[in-house]
Amino acid sequence: MNNSITQYFRKEMFPHIWCPGCGIGIILGAILRAIHSLGWEKDDIAMVSGIGCSSRITGYVDFNTMNTTHGRALPFATGIKMANPSLKVITVMGDGDCAAIGGNHFIHSARRNIDITAIIINNMIYGMTGGQYSPLTPTGKFGSTAPYGNIDQTFDLAALAASAGASYVSRSTIFDVNQATRFIKKALLKKGFSVVEIISDCPISFGRINQLRTPVQMLEWIKNITVPKKVWDKLSEEEKEGKFPTGEFLDIDIPEYTERYQETCNRIQ
Amino acid sequence: MDKNKSVKVLQGNEACVEGALLAGVRFFAGYPITPASEIAEGMAVRLPKLGGVFMQMEDEIASMAAVIGASIAGSKSMTASSGPGICLKQENIGFAAITEVPCVIVNSQRGGPSTGLPTKPSQGDVMQARWGTHGDHPMIALAPSDVNEVLHITIKAINFSEKYRTPVMLLLDEVISHMREKVNIPTREEIEIIDRKKPTVDKDNFLPFKADEDLVPPMANFGSGYRYHLTGLVHNEKGYPTSNNKEVDQLIRRLTNKVELNKKDIIIEEEYLLDDARVAIVAYGSVARAAERTVKLAREKGIKVGLLKLVTLWPFSDETINRLAGQVDLIIVPELNLGQMAREVQRAAEGKCRVIPYGRVDGELINPVEILSKIEEESK
Ligand SMILES: Cc1ncc(C[n+]2csc(CCOP(=O)(O)OP(=O)(O)O)c2C)c(N)n1
Ligand code: SF4
Repeated sequence: MNNSITQYFRKEMFPHIWCPGCGIGIILGAILRAIHSLGWEKDDIAMVSGIGCSSRITGYVDFNTMNTTHGRALPFATGIKMANPSLKVITVMGDGDCAAIGGNHFIHSARRNIDITAIIINNMIYGMTGGQYSPLTPTGKFGSTAPYGNIDQTFDLAALAASAGASYVSRSTIFDVNQATRFIKKALLKKGFSVVEIISDCPISFGRINQLRTPVQMLEWIKNITVPKKVWDKLSEEEKEGKFPTGEFLDIDIPEYTERYQETCNRIQ
Repeated sequence: MDKNKSVKVLQGNEACVEGALLAGVRFFAGYPITPASEIAEGMAVRLPKLGGVFMQMEDEIASMAAVIGASIAGSKSMTASSGPGICLKQENIGFAAITEVPCVIVNSQRGGPSTGLPTKPSQGDVMQARWGTHGDHPMIALAPSDVNEVLHITIKAINFSEKYRTPVMLLLDEVISHMREKVNIPTREEIEIIDRKKPTVDKDNFLPFKADEDLVPPMANFGSGYRYHLTGLVHNEKGYPTSNNKEVDQLIRRLTNKVELNKKDIIIEEEYLLDDARVAIVAYGSVARAAERTVKLAREKGIKVGLLKLVTLWPFSDETINRLAGQVDLIIVPELNLGQMAREVQRAAEGKCRVIPYGRVDGELINPVEILSKIEEESK
């Protein structure tokens, strides 16, 4: 068996557009390793993204792929999944894409518990447009539109997804790519709405303005601001300040949307 | 019911549902809004029984996205809304246009702008139908004028979207949507159903955006084994993003041309007593019915009036209007807006005759007598 993940690349699409030191490539590797370990056929996979640096992933992989409009990957994916439930549907979104403009779709996809895996590449900034702050920019950090420091509260997407009705929710980082790969694999196998948020770096749009200019500095910072869930639970509110828990937050089996829909059809036909 | 021909009294929105299901629509996503909601309600009852999918999404943006997704996965797909919701759909309508994904958007027009007049008819969205999404793009828009026609034109809308791989707008209005009339429901065998062209080349040589001679590329559904990339970025024949001038120019022109150069097939129009007419009324949608009556009233008075009824609004009937303008002294364009199509008629007439708009925007329909009075006043 060919074990190289390059077999999933559309080689003619390279070189890719990402900056040197960008974490998106690391996450792409994790996604492909997870898919490869499951032995899924390329033909059976539909990968849908929104708009942003993260969303460019779909152009480089040899599946049924779609780079849609900003924030809308999930409803496009929902249409695909409902029309052909046998397809394995994965969405890839940036933090702005998923949490700002696409926030409502994220909530409602979780609420339906539709069998889609949502991978969120959280670089805590609008990368593609040049570093404006996003709903996941930590309070106090800087962005090109937060020159005096971001005063917004940071969204906790994992908690949001869990409370909205998802089946599987986890958070990892590009610092622990083996964990990220493991989480993605579990999410792909979950029947229901599964969410993996992966904290990533953007040395260009986030790093420069926040004195984290090199990828190494960014990785160290990511390591320092993340805490395994078990440790997190024992921290005081003060200690939690500026930190983010990683790990698996939810893993349950509840009725899934395409199956529920089919049950309704069977009942009335 | 598909097997036996039947006559039913239906509301316009119900006729739209019947037509869509006959044409093969098996996916509908929508969000409630007056005066379009009955289409969603009808689909919610019928689709699950047919093994199709009905979804009420969280908003109109999501509805439009889901419709496009479902179409790519192989379902004939449709959504329905009205002014405020149609505004929200625009970005994704552009996505469907550039990625050439068949889909039908029903707009049951109500008074605007904004929340406007939710329960009153309007034809204020005819320009939005053409140019609502940004950039040069193709558009087909059809406007039936009675309930029976709603059924048949809905089938046409689905067929055109499949044939030309493009979003199609079906323009109803509050009155046509809610009016009840007799409808002849045809059997499957009596209607023409068009399905998207499938690729014939093998998977390794498939270029997803390489058009045939008709300027339309064959379409592979997701999951059919032809893997490819769809993007709202300008793309080349392989489907990959490009900013190469030649490739960009080629795509944008082809998109527009696949509709404009197939006008003959797409334009549906009806001429009524135009042969000896000195005055022509150009009308569409519910107003065309009043106009037909005006023609009769005028002829009783000895005024030679005829009617050109436009069912296809986009692409526009430039050639017919131009010919007509060379024949009559006056064209009057009654419509439930302040002259949106009248300006198109003026443009197409190229000064060969006078073109007079007659617009109403107070929420009331235009009646036959007022059109006649306007003709009498203008022909003095
Ligand atoms: C409707 C719309 N609004 C704004 C934009 C401009 N835009 C492109 S990418 C982007 C932000 C991307 O940030 P994020 O989703 O976090 O992804 P990243 O680039 O960081 O991976 C924005 C605002 C757009 N393409 N469409
Ligand atoms: S701008 Fe940031 S997110 Fe985008 S490619 Fe560069 S480093 Fe990556």
